[in-house]
This record gives sequence, structure tokens and C-alpha cells, in this order.
Amino acid sequence: MRIEIAGQNAFIVYFAEQTSAAVSAQIQAAVTNILATMPHSIVDLVPSYASLLVIFDLDRSDHFAVKQQLRAALTNLDGVDASAGDLVTLPVYYSEESGPDLETIAANANIGIDDVVEIHQQQEYRVYAIGFAPGFAYLGEVDERIAAPRLATPRQKVPRGAVAIADRQTAVYPAISPGGWNLIGLCPTRMFDPDKTPSMPVQVGDRIRFSAISRDEFIDQGGKL
Amino acid sequence: MSGFLVRQPGLLSLLHDRGRFGAHKLGLTTGGPLDGVAFDWANRMLANDVNATCLEISFGGLVIEAQLDTSFVITGAVAPCKLNQDLVEQWCTHDIKPGDKLEIGFTSAGSRCYLAVSGGFDIEPSFGSSSTVLREKIGGLKGDKLQAGDQLPCISKRLSTHCYLAAADRPKYSDFARLRVVPGYQQAEFSPLQQWRFFNSEYRLSERCDRMGFRLEGETVHSDMVGMLSEGICHGAIQIPADGQPIVLMNDRQTIGGYPKIGAVIPRDTATLSQLSPGSRVRFDAISIEEAHNIHCLEQARFERTSLQPC
Repeated sequence: MRIEIAGQNAFIVYFAEQTSAAVSAQIQAAVTNILATMPHSIVDLVPSYASLLVIFDLDRSDHFAVKQQLRAALTNLDGVDASAGDLVTLPVYYSEESGPDLETIAANANIGIDDVVEIHQQQEYRVYAIGFAPGFAYLGEVDERIAAPRLATPRQKVPRGAVAIADRQTAVYPAISPGGWNLIGLCPTRMFDPDKTPSMPVQVGDRIRFSAISRDEFIDQGGKL
Repeated sequence: MSGFLVRQPGLLSLLHDRGRFGAHKLGLTTGGPLDGVAFDWANRMLANDVNATCLEISFGGLVIEAQLDTSFVITGAVAPCKLNQDLVEQWCTHDIKPGDKLEIGFTSAGSRCYLAVSGGFDIEPSFGSSSTVLREKIGGLKGDKLQAGDQLPCISKRLSTHCYLAAADRPKYSDFARLRVVPGYQQAEFSPLQQWRFFNSEYRLSERCDRMGFRLEGETVHSDMVGMLSEGICHGAIQIPADGQPIVLMNDRQTIGGYPKIGAVIPRDTATLSQLSPGSRVRFDAISIEEAHNIHCLEQARFERTSLQPC
């Protein structure tokens, strides 16, 4: 573990060179411990694949005090009772109609479209990070057979709820936005709803499963085509 | 609730408190005033709460009409400000009454003006803050910039005594700035030669400078990194993408990203940077974390010790 300066009011803690479920669990434990032991100086935390950005309030503390507290909070993470993460199932209407890149992924992998859909559902994913846009959860890891590089030319408009793959990551677009990921289906669950509490159905550290639904079920659950 | 009616919204006028904190876990960015120094002065001059909501007026062009008796101040960039037909001084508190029209013309030095009213604008917070982030459609009035016809609610509260900030104590806005940087993040992945280039070159602000980030043009800088995992980005972080042209990430930055960063500009100097316009020049100076700490403490003390002059 390395603690580096990010800026005058921020540290970045690197836990490993690569990501894994174990590294992610360690980061969750660190988040829990930091929030419990230094709630007054911390203003925000950004957990990601193998790192944690720790932002503190310059009016309440300073680099030197926070560094000391941070060192203490990061020792003995093994003993921290961090949540193992909830298991959340997200319904997906997989089809060529809702997932325009299904065919390309299937062709590249030399398998059928049904196989791509099946393989995407077999995995239990972990929420490694939330960012890019409100509610955008980076989920890993996608089975290597259906991993697909980002599109050479991003789409101008990806619909809300689009289920997508980029390399070995998968995600559900929380809002209409431009995007370069490969689209394989649509999810009727809102990933970010500012008027709802909680505003997101998942958080970092949660485990996610995808489950296929029909076109009718998608519409019934509020989905729009 | 009454307050002010927006007659002309200007190019980009946004309601902001100090920013949205604690919501990065949802992917929400910070927002808040680009120039925290001018913002803090505005609230202090009206004896407002430090987090009271003000209006950040980028490049000017705003006309609003008062519906109640209250007091206001305009700090930040230099712009012609008129109360009805009369020019009014910036960095000086004034009274306003129902029917009065307040106009903030286009900025001539600096880019962002801050308008504060007594008690602050009364804006329902979203995720703990009134700050408007257009990209997220969060905060302010329905997550949007000001539009003609918008209503800006506030209380009626006149100051008993007025004050101004002496000219010598006001920030100066120009077209050149030295930005102090605390090296960090992937700094070690930039060779000594690349770091030397970065800290010894002059950069120009490109046309692509907005609340997310300020893109600079000049000497290219390259790191030895080959691909990296996305990680949290702090305010002021200097990101260097493959084209070698630095981007200083500002208040509305994405919270995570996967480009190498050489360090971060200290908050005091991102405020200065935000007042520059495209074509302006900047240089970066590396400072130690101890120096950054010192600067912060000294500036804080200076802010507290500088007294306002009675009118």
C-alpha cells in the first residue's frame, strides 16, 4: 500500500497494481475505517479499481494531521468488519433491437448471440467504481470471450438503461449520453434517480447479477424502446 | 417567494454555494464557485454564512430586477455594473429596492463576477448543495443555468452599515498567471526532462476552457505510463493525455479518470486560473506540500485580518 499526494487537500492511496475482488474488499474496509475514525476532516472519498482518493477539508485539518490519521486508519484493515456488499439483480432485455452490438460481439467471439447473452448472465460482477457520470457503475469482470474494445467512433447518443461492455467491464448507462461502449441490451431499472432515496440501486462493493427478461416484461417494468 | 426576477440571464450565470461534498460515491462532482476567493469575499462583505448561495456570472451580460428591499455586493471580474442608470462600484455593498434594475455588463478584466445578496439566495439544496452542475442537471433552479423569467428567491434584509474592500486588498486580474503546483499522483512516471519541460514552459489557455477543465496549449509533455486503472481525480489535478497537452481539472470535473497526472494546482491558484480567458498565458511552479500549507495559512490569516472599510 502506498499513500501519495494527490493535491494540497487530497491523498491517493494505492492498494495494488491490479484490481481484484480482494483488493476491492480491502478498499471497502479502508472506506469504512476512514469514515469511522476521521469523520470531521474528510469531505469526500472516491474508491476505484485499486485506489482510494481521500479529500479533506483545508479549513478543518491539514496535510500533516490527515496523513497521520490516514496511516492509522489504514493499518489492520483485515480486522475491519466491512460489508461484503449486497447482491443486486438487474433485469435486462437482451436482443438485437435493444443491443445493436450483440451481433458484432458474437461474430468476433465466433459464438451465437444467445451464447453472448448467456455468458453475460453467468458472471457475478463487482461494483469497482462509480463515476464518469452520476450513477455510472463500473462492473467487473466480464468473461474474456465476450470482452470487446470500445467503439472506434463513440455513439452520439446512448439511451438510458443501455447495458454495455468495454474490455472486461460492463455497465448500465444511467442517463442518455454519448458513449463508446458496446451495447448488448436495455435495463428498465433506473441507475440514478435524484428524486429517489437512495438515488442509486447499487454502491461500490456490491455484487451484481444480470437476468434476462422479455420485451413485454421490459415494457411492464417501465422500459422504453 | 419574492426576490429577483431575471430579465437577461447573461452567457452563463449559475447559482452556487461552496460546492457539493460527500456525493462522489454517486458519481456527482463538486461544482461550487470557480473563484472561491471572490466568492468568499462576497459573502463576508454581507455578513452572510460562508456557504450562502451566490450567483456566479461568467463573462457578464446579466440584468435582474429587485422585488424587495435588500443589500447586495458584486465581487470578482471587472465589469460595468449599473443600478438603474447609475454606475455602482464593485467590492462595495449597496441597497436595492423593489423595481430597481441591476445590470452587470461584460467583463473587461477577469471572467467571473460574483453577486451576493443579504442572507444568500434561497435555493433548495440537492444532495446537500445548491451548486449548479449543468452536465449533471443538478442544483440551482432545475439544474439549469439562469433563464430569462427565472425567479431568484431571497429574504428582504438591508444592511445597517455599508462597507467596501480597499482597492489594494482586491485581487488583480490580468492575462498572465503563475500557478503553484504540488507534484503528486503519477509524477514519478514523468522523466526529469519531461518535468523540466512542464515547469519551464509557458502555456496558453485554449478555447476549450470550461467548468470541467481548462485545456492548455504549449510544449508537449509525455509520461512513461502505458495504460493505467481509472482513479479518483481531485480538484486542480493536471491531467496529461496522449497528445501531451495539459488539462487542469476544475470544479465540474469527472470524479474518476484514467490519464496520468503530474500533480495539482493549489486551490488559491485555480481561482486565479478561472479568471483568465482563452489566449492568456500561464506558467507552473512546483512547490512542496510544506510551502502549500504555508500559503494556505497565510492567505487565511490575511483574509481574516483584512478589514472592510465603512462607506
